[in-house]
Amino acid sequence: MAIDAAEVPRTPGPVTTRTIHVTVNGVSHTSTVQNRMLLVSYLRERLRLTGTHIGCDTAHCGACTVLVDGIPVKSCNLFAVQVDGRKVQTVEGLASGATLHPIQEAFHEEHGLQCGYCTPGMMLASVALLAHNPNPTEDEIRRGISGNLCRCTGYVNIVRAIQHAAQKMQTPAKGGP
Amino acid sequence: MYPPNFEYYAPKTVQEAIGLLDQHQGEAKVLAGGQSLIGMMKLRLAQPAALIDINRIPDLAYIREEEAALVIGALTRTAELGRSDVIRGRYPILSDASAEIADPTVRNWGTVGGNLSHGDPGNDLPACMLALGAEYRAEGPKGARMIPARQFYQDSFVTALQSNEVLTQVRIPRAGPGTGSAYSKMERKVGDFATAAVAVQLKVGKGGSIDAAGIGLTNVGPTAIFAAAASEFLTGKTGSDSDLKRAGELAADASRPFPDNRGPVEFKKDMVRVWTRRTIAHALGRAKGGP
Ligand SMILES: Cc1cc2nc3c(=O)[nH]c(=O)nc-3n(C[C@H](O)[C@H](O)[C@H](O)COP(=O)(O)OP(=O)(O)OC[C@H]3O[C@@H](n4cnc5c(N)ncnc54)[C@H](O)[C@@H]3O)c2cc1C
Ligand code: FES
Ligand code: FES
Repeated sequence: MAIDAAEVPRTPGPVTTRTIHVTVNGVSHTSTVQNRMLLVSYLRERLRLTGTHIGCDTAHCGACTVLVDGIPVKSCNLFAVQVDGRKVQTVEGLASGATLHPIQEAFHEEHGLQCGYCTPGMMLASVALLAHNPNPTEDEIRRGISGNLCRCTGYVNIVRAIQHAAQKMQTPAKGGP
Repeated sequence: MYPPNFEYYAPKTVQEAIGLLDQHQGEAKVLAGGQSLIGMMKLRLAQPAALIDINRIPDLAYIREEEAALVIGALTRTAELGRSDVIRGRYPILSDASAEIADPTVRNWGTVGGNLSHGDPGNDLPACMLALGAEYRAEGPKGARMIPARQFYQDSFVTALQSNEVLTQVRIPRAGPGTGSAYSKMERKVGDFATAAVAVQLKVGKGGSIDAAGIGLTNVGPTAIFAAAASEFLTGKTGSDSDLKRAGELAADASRPFPDNRGPVEFKKDMVRVWTRRTIAHALGRAKGGP
């Protein structure tokens, strides 16, 4: 597969590429990428999964957080070649069809967002936090999302949303026997 | 923001990684967690011709206590230091430090070996290793050698590691009975490097006096600093208020901070003085069974 010339700015030196196999939100992709392509650019520019945002581009803000084999990572600080053979989950993979993931429902119901810029990263960090610790205290939630900055909400409703999601994910779904 | 082009290798063994490093004659760099290196490459502060990604090498991530030492594999993620029962129970200096390094997402990827090899005076683990009297295992084309942490840090981003060596393991002398340790960091906000931070390990003997002490300082000089005079001073003392006060003064004397937006020199030295006193008190409390 050819490299899209517009994808990356030119710099001196030979262009070095590698072919990777990655499963993103359950779909497998085989792509030839420049070695220096960041995971976030691969997701946004190659796969057109633009739900993963770039905020600071310096590993500080967490807007670009995705899960690699279930572990949150700032995708602006990892090369696409590093996820060869791994599973990546982005915000686009949270809902199943028209059914929102409990964390998405909770952010909606508790008004856990204003501009929405931090929200995809915030939700993925939360999903990983709840997988590890299904019933976190407020303090654990605040520490757990301390790699994700929000410039709008003041975090209060984000914390509430995560608490709400924790409850939803523990209560068995309605309609059982 | 893209870094310049580079060759990328993902070797499966340490031997293969060493071979690749050697072949590139100083132009290649090990890629571990990437949490410092990738940012520096984006800013063109580092422009390696090749990256040797060691993440595919099996068996480099472990924490185990042996007869004489706690050994930690270089690829152990920083977050693991906070989750390990052995560390939380017997080497709490490292779980204290883990909780203060960057943020949870960065800690998931950043490695112990990377934190120790990078040579950034702001890294938190080197001062702990200075306090603990740790040794690093460096493997190169001629075999393996052990480098004491106290001889490892030469200048900012300059260490005793050769460009064709891989740091594979850290060995920390086993904490015996009566040992207490702590790390405390003054930071402006989560994810910031220290304004000043202090690492202490000490051993209280049967008679109640301090048998041995090690004190390390973070980000108050061109490298992590071993506060030798303060450490020696404490040895043989009871740990009275005046002992702690004097050790704090000696540690402040050993610091060589630069003025920056975290504060002027006088302020940082004073923070070393105060935080050394507090951290010793915390370590002493732990040596006597406290939290
Ligand atoms: C937002 C942010 C905040 C941060 N805050 C802190 C903080 O408060 N405290 C702190 O301590 N750190 C902090 N860091 C840095 C972080 O802890 C890094 O993970 C660490 O400095 C480097 O470890 P790494 O595994 O990511 O190494 P890499 O980035 O992969 O490598 C760093 C350097 O070490 C070399 N190297 C790595 N492993 C080896 C090895 N096994 N053998 C030989 N050479 C090796 C590499 O070649 C490179 O030169 C922060 C980082 C970010 C992005
Ligand atoms: S864009 Fe990656 S952390 Fe800010
Ligand atoms: S909702 Fe705007 S940054 Fe968080």
